[in-house]
Amino acid sequence: MPIRTVMKANEAAAWAAKLAKPKVIAAFPITPSTLVPEKISEFVANGELDAEFIKVESEHSAISACVGASAAGVRTFTATASQGLALMHEVLFIAAGMRLPIVVAVGNRSLSAPINIWNDWQDSISQRDTGWMQFYAENNQEALDLILIAFKVAEDERVLLPAMIGFDAFILTHTVEPVEIPDQEVVDEFLGEYTPKHAYLDPAKPITQGTLAFPAHYMEARYTVWEANENAKKVIDEVFEEFEKRFGRKYSKVEEYRTDDAEIVLVTMGSLAGTVKEYVDHLREKGVKVGAAKLTVYRPFPAEEVRELAKKAKVIALLEKNVTFSIGGALFQDFSRALVNQKEKPILIDFILGLGGRDVTFGNLDEVVGIAQKAIAGEEFEEVNWIGLRKEIL
Amino acid sequence: MEIPESVKKRLTLPAEEHFYAGHTACQGCGASLGLRYVLKAYGRKTIVVIPACCSTIIAGAWPYNTLDANLFHTAFETTGAVMSGIEAALKAMGYKVKGEDGVMVVGWAGDGGTADIGLQALSGFLERGHDAVYIMYDNEAYMNTGIQRSGSTPYGAWTTNTPGGKRHFLEKRHKKKVIDIVIAHEVPYAATASVAYPEDFIKKLRKAKEIPGPSFIQLFSPCPTGWRSPTDKSIEIARLAVQTAYFPLFEYENGKYRINMPSTRREPKPIEEFLKLQGRFKYMTREDVEILQRWVNHEWEKLKKLAEVFG
Repeated sequence: MPIRTVMKANEAAAWAAKLAKPKVIAAFPITPSTLVPEKISEFVANGELDAEFIKVESEHSAISACVGASAAGVRTFTATASQGLALMHEVLFIAAGMRLPIVVAVGNRSLSAPINIWNDWQDSISQRDTGWMQFYAENNQEALDLILIAFKVAEDERVLLPAMIGFDAFILTHTVEPVEIPDQEVVDEFLGEYTPKHAYLDPAKPITQGTLAFPAHYMEARYTVWEANENAKKVIDEVFEEFEKRFGRKYSKVEEYRTDDAEIVLVTMGSLAGTVKEYVDHLREKGVKVGAAKLTVYRPFPAEEVRELAKKAKVIALLEKNVTFSIGGALFQDFSRALVNQKEKPILIDFILGLGGRDVTFGNLDEVVGIAQKAIAGEEFEEVNWIGLRKEIL
Repeated sequence: MEIPESVKKRLTLPAEEHFYAGHTACQGCGASLGLRYVLKAYGRKTIVVIPACCSTIIAGAWPYNTLDANLFHTAFETTGAVMSGIEAALKAMGYKVKGEDGVMVVGWAGDGGTADIGLQALSGFLERGHDAVYIMYDNEAYMNTGIQRSGSTPYGAWTTNTPGGKRHFLEKRHKKKVIDIVIAHEVPYAATASVAYPEDFIKKLRKAKEIPGPSFIQLFSPCPTGWRSPTDKSIEIARLAVQTAYFPLFEYENGKYRINMPSTRREPKPIEEFLKLQGRFKYMTREDVEILQRWVNHEWEKLKKLAEVFG
C-alpha cells in the first residue's frame, strides 16, 4: 500500500531516489538542496538503499562522477541548485552528448551576484541548451513523481538523455506538504532494471566513449541529441499515461486550468502555478475571463501543446522567474518561437517577477492582468515588464 | 605478432600489446610510450580515463582507436572524479576492482590536467580512497594547446607564454611538487617513474595495482615538440633527468620513502647535462642555471633525508 505522509520536497526527492534504486549517488552540499543527499546518505547508512554514495569535493565532481558511473552502466542520481548547477554546466553537455540518463534534482535558486539563496529559475533555465530534459514540479508530490517519471523517460532507448527536475527553493524544498509514497513493488515494475545497451564499460568488451570527433562527424553526433529530444516528446506522453495507470496521478506537458473561453491565459511553471490557479478562481468569481497554464515539461519544449493553448486566448501572459538580458524571459522566447509562423496568434506579454525569492502576490498579478487588458483594448503596452520592482530604491 | 618463446624469455617487459601502432603521437613522444607500458602492465581488463590532453588525440579520432582497452574521454579537470564514479559503479555491479585479477581503473592525465586544473578532483579522489591508479604523465607544460607553462614547468624554461624576450621573461617558479601534495593525502602508494626506466615503471605499476586504495605515479615523459629537443634524444633526456637528480626515482609506500635505482647509484651529474640537450633551456643565463641547480640540490637532499628518517 502506498504510504500517505507529510514531507518537504527535498525529502520527497530523496524518497524518489530511494524508490528508483540508483547504484551510485555523488553529491555535494548546497542550499537549498543539501537535505536531498543528506536523507539519501541516511537511507544508505541504514541499509535501506544499496548504493555507493560518493562524497565528492564539488558539484563539478558530483556530475563528473555521475557521468563516469552512468557510463560504466549503472543508474545514477544527484541533487544540486544555483551555483552548484552552474558549476556543473560544462559537464552537463558531456552527459547529454554521451547520452547518459542521469537524473538530477534541482532546488531552483537564484544565481549570484548579489548572493541570494532564495527561489527563482535562473539556475536551470540557464542550462536549457545543454540537451538535458527539464521538468518543473508544482508541489512536493510532483517532485517525487517527476523524478520517477524522469528516470523512465531518460532510460528509454528512444531517448537516452539526462534529465533535471526543478522544484522551487524553500517554497517547496523546505515546506512540508502531504505526499504519497508509492509502493516499491509498483515502482520496480514501472522502472525496471537499468541495463544499458549503448553506454557501459564492460571490462570484457573494451569500447571507447567520448572520442574526438572531427568536423566530418561532430554535427551528426549533436544531431542525435536533437532527435532524442524530439523523440522524448512522444515518450513523455506515453510515460505520463503509464504513470497514471499505475499510480493514479495524471500529468501532462502543459496543464491547462479554466482556459475554456479565457481571454487571458497566465502561463507559468513550478510552485507559482498554485498561486496563479488560486488567483484565476478569484478573478473568475468577479467574472474576468482568465485562465492558467503550467509547463510541467520545459525541455523538450512542448511547442505543439503551446500552439493548441494559444488558440484559446487573446493574450498569453508569461510569468517567469528568470531573465535573458535585453530579450526578456526564456518562456517569452520559447513561446515566440512556437507561435511565430502561426497565421493567427495571441498577443504575448512577458512578466519577469519573483526573482531571488520575492513573493508573487495577488497585487502583482492584478498588475499583470491590467497590462493584458490594456493590450486587448488596443492600447500600447510593454512587451517585457518587471513586476514588483521597488522603484524607490533603484 | 607472435613472439617466439625463446625471445619472450629474454624480455624484461611483458610481451603483450594493447596499445597499437598507427597512433597519432609526435615522434619521440614520451606519453605514448608510457601509455603503452601501462597497458602492458595491466592488460585489456582496464578502463582508462583520459581528460582533454595530447592523449585525446593520440588515442585516435572517431572512428579510429589505438587502445585495446576501455577508454573514457572526459573534460580537462574531471579525471579524478570520473575515475571515482567508474570505480564506484564497478563495485556496485559486483566487480573486483584492483588487486589480482581485478578490473583496473586508470586515470591518465598530463601535468596541466593534474597539477593545475585537475588538482581538486585528484585531491577528492585520493582523499576518498578509491581503488584506482592515477598516472600523471609529466611533460612539464600544456603541450596539446601548443606549449604553455603549467605548474609543473621548471624554472628557466621557455614556453610560448614564458617566451624570454628582452625582459628575460622565462618561467620564474620552480616545478610544483605534485607528488608531495599527493603524499600529503597519506595515500598508500605514490611513486615517480620515467619512460627511460620501463622495468622500474612496470614494477611500480604492478605495485600500484596490488596495494589497495588510491595509487599515484608521476611519470617523466619527454616531449620533443615542446622541449625543442631532437626526437631521438627523448630517452637520453629522461635518463639524464634521473641521473642529475632533477627527477629522482622514488616510492612512498605506507608511510615509508624509498629511493630507487639508479637514483641511489652515484652522485648526481650537474644539471647542465640535462639542460643542454633541450632548446627550451637555451635562454637560461649562468645565474639561472645556478638557481635551478640549488633547487635540485635542495630537493635531492630533502628526499634523501626523508628516505633516511622514514625509510
